[in-house]
Amino acid sequence: MDANEPEVERRDDVMASNRLQVDSSSGAPAVPLVIGAKESAPAPPTEVVFELLDLNVYYGETLAVRGVNLKIHKNVITAMIGPSGCGKSTIVRTLNRMNDSVSGFRVSGEVNYHGHSIYASGVDPVEVRRRIGMVFQRPNPFPKSIYDNIAWAPRILGLKRDLDARVEQALRGAALWDEVKDRLRSSALGLSGGQQQRLCIARAIAIEPEVLLLDEPASALDPISTASIEDLMQDLKQTYTIVIVTHNMQQAARVAERTAFFSLDDAGDGKRAGVLVEYDETATLFTRPADERTRGYVTGRFG
Amino acid sequence: MSRRENTALPREVVEIGVVAGGLRRMVDRMGDRVAFGAAALASLAAVALIALVIDRVVSGAMPSISRFGIGFLWQTTWNPSLSSGVRDSNVYGAGVLVYGTVVTSAIALVISVPLGVAIGVYLSLLSSGRLAGVVGPLVELLAAVPSVIVGLWGIVVLAPALHSTIDPALHAALGWLPIFGKPGTTGLGIFDAGVVLAIMVLPILAAITRDLFANVPRELKDGALALGATRWEMIRGVVLDSTRSGIVAATILGLARALGEAIAVTQTIGAGTAIHASLFASGDTLGSRIAEQFIGAVSKLQIASLFYCALILLVMEFLASIGAQLIAGRSVRVRGAVI
Ligand SMILES: Nc1ncnc2c1ncn2[C@@H]1O[C@H](COP(=O)(O)OP(=O)(O)OP(=O)(O)O)[C@@H](O)[C@H]1O
Ligand SMILES: [Mg+2]
Repeated sequence: MDANEPEVERRDDVMASNRLQVDSSSGAPAVPLVIGAKESAPAPPTEVVFELLDLNVYYGETLAVRGVNLKIHKNVITAMIGPSGCGKSTIVRTLNRMNDSVSGFRVSGEVNYHGHSIYASGVDPVEVRRRIGMVFQRPNPFPKSIYDNIAWAPRILGLKRDLDARVEQALRGAALWDEVKDRLRSSALGLSGGQQQRLCIARAIAIEPEVLLLDEPASALDPISTASIEDLMQDLKQTYTIVIVTHNMQQAARVAERTAFFSLDDAGDGKRAGVLVEYDETATLFTRPADERTRGYVTGRFG
Repeated sequence: MSRRENTALPREVVEIGVVAGGLRRMVDRMGDRVAFGAAALASLAAVALIALVIDRVVSGAMPSISRFGIGFLWQTTWNPSLSSGVRDSNVYGAGVLVYGTVVTSAIALVISVPLGVAIGVYLSLLSSGRLAGVVGPLVELLAAVPSVIVGLWGIVVLAPALHSTIDPALHAALGWLPIFGKPGTTGLGIFDAGVVLAIMVLPILAAITRDLFANVPRELKDGALALGATRWEMIRGVVLDSTRSGIVAATILGLARALGEAIAVTQTIGAGTAIHASLFASGDTLGSRIAEQFIGAVSKLQIASLFYCALILLVMEFLASIGAQLIAGRSVRVRGAVI
């Protein structure tokens, strides 16, 4: 996995050629919505990868997410929790422009990636997605062989050199190599759900993205597969910046350094939209939440 | 809902519930049986009908089968003349027709498969909802145009147009290939019939592949896009790849349609009597020959030979249909829920 390092460097160079706006990392504070939060939680020392500034997301006329300000830090696992429908998936899919194909989808505000707006005109969404990988809730391996599932994206992206080594490295990185090394040519659909999900993680890291977005990656898996994915995340965060959406608060507490709690809120016009309620160190958020709504959610009193 | 609540209800209510439930179950079971019986009967009727057709065709062809044997398939003489002075009078062979059938169908597929798949991709994945809402029904409308009208249009519009544009162009560019010989004088021939067939097969392919592609799970497409694939790479690598066997099955259905078409071919193929290397020359097909000659047949042997043609056509169609089912069935087994 060490071999990934120079690749990440190179990415930054490519992005530089795409420079579209001034650096804005000195903008809003990291925890803008926490009213009266103690200033004790120190910001993680790593650089900011994503910065959301007053982000609103619309589906057609409906406002799904309102006024989110959020910074996501490099090589840190950031969890997003909150009740169903509060816009967690919407936000992660906004981070790699996966929502572009949804008709009526629209954002306002800024989504900055290393200081550059990924929604600026002239930014190629394909290039964005190639650097910001995503793993979905339900394992979605292609109906191809295990090998071809991993090799497909490197092939189309022109990373054809040492493809075998790349496939092996990705599978090792996803802690799947030992289980599948003797059946690389058999169909990926023959794997168990947990193996399929790790295959999807392997597929994502095979193209060496900088960020991995995981939208409830373990919700369709049994506890053992879930544990193996959680272990895996601890390894992966050395190399990748990870954002994980989860409904499982123990999971957030186990894996994430920082946690963002979203909720559905009424803006006064009777229409409910997702808002960021609180964003802090995971330990702080779970033990000493600053907001009443967070406290209610993490202690199991909903509403 | 729980047991305790149930026992708290007055006994009569519970009993009525049980009786009503029992009654409903009985009715359900009877309905089941009736539905099963009706379905079984309908399937049996279909099988019986096929058997009757095959029996009629085989018995009708028998005199020709015993006279010309298997050689009928490749012998190229077809001479209904009964006057004893003529050589080979009342001798029949379907070689020209088998060749014409295979070649016109092949031309139809070569043109319609790429075009149909392209339309399917466009309708299911690329077009905005509104445009697809216009183009989709239009394509299906094309399937509803009676073949005799397509054939007429072939004679009046298509054949002259091809004769003055595509035919000479192909001859000029690829004339060293014997199949692209000098365009004929009549302007009707195998190539025209093939193009007409392509027009008739196109809607089938477009409609089937459109549904095929639309049913590729969103998660798979998203999975490909999330890896930094462009839309076209996603279509090629995931959509087309995972529906490959479905496309083949659709092609075979199109082939079955092309093999069996008679009227529009009769109108455009030029009623040739020999095998020519050039696609621009006239020819004939099994279906077309049956349509042309059955009513005016002059001898029992000619009628039997037309039945023999029908039998060959039937076997070809069956093979195509079985092939489609084998491929479709295999694809379901191999690819799980994908198709
Ligand atoms: N493609 C879409 N078109 C229209 N509305 C959508 C779309 N996707 C999501 N929404 C709406 O946006 C809101 C947020 O949905 P989202 O899926 O982001 O919530 P979530 O927090 O991920 O919920 P869950 O925990 O159930 O996954 C919901 O009201 C949802 O109905
Ligand atoms: Mg979600």
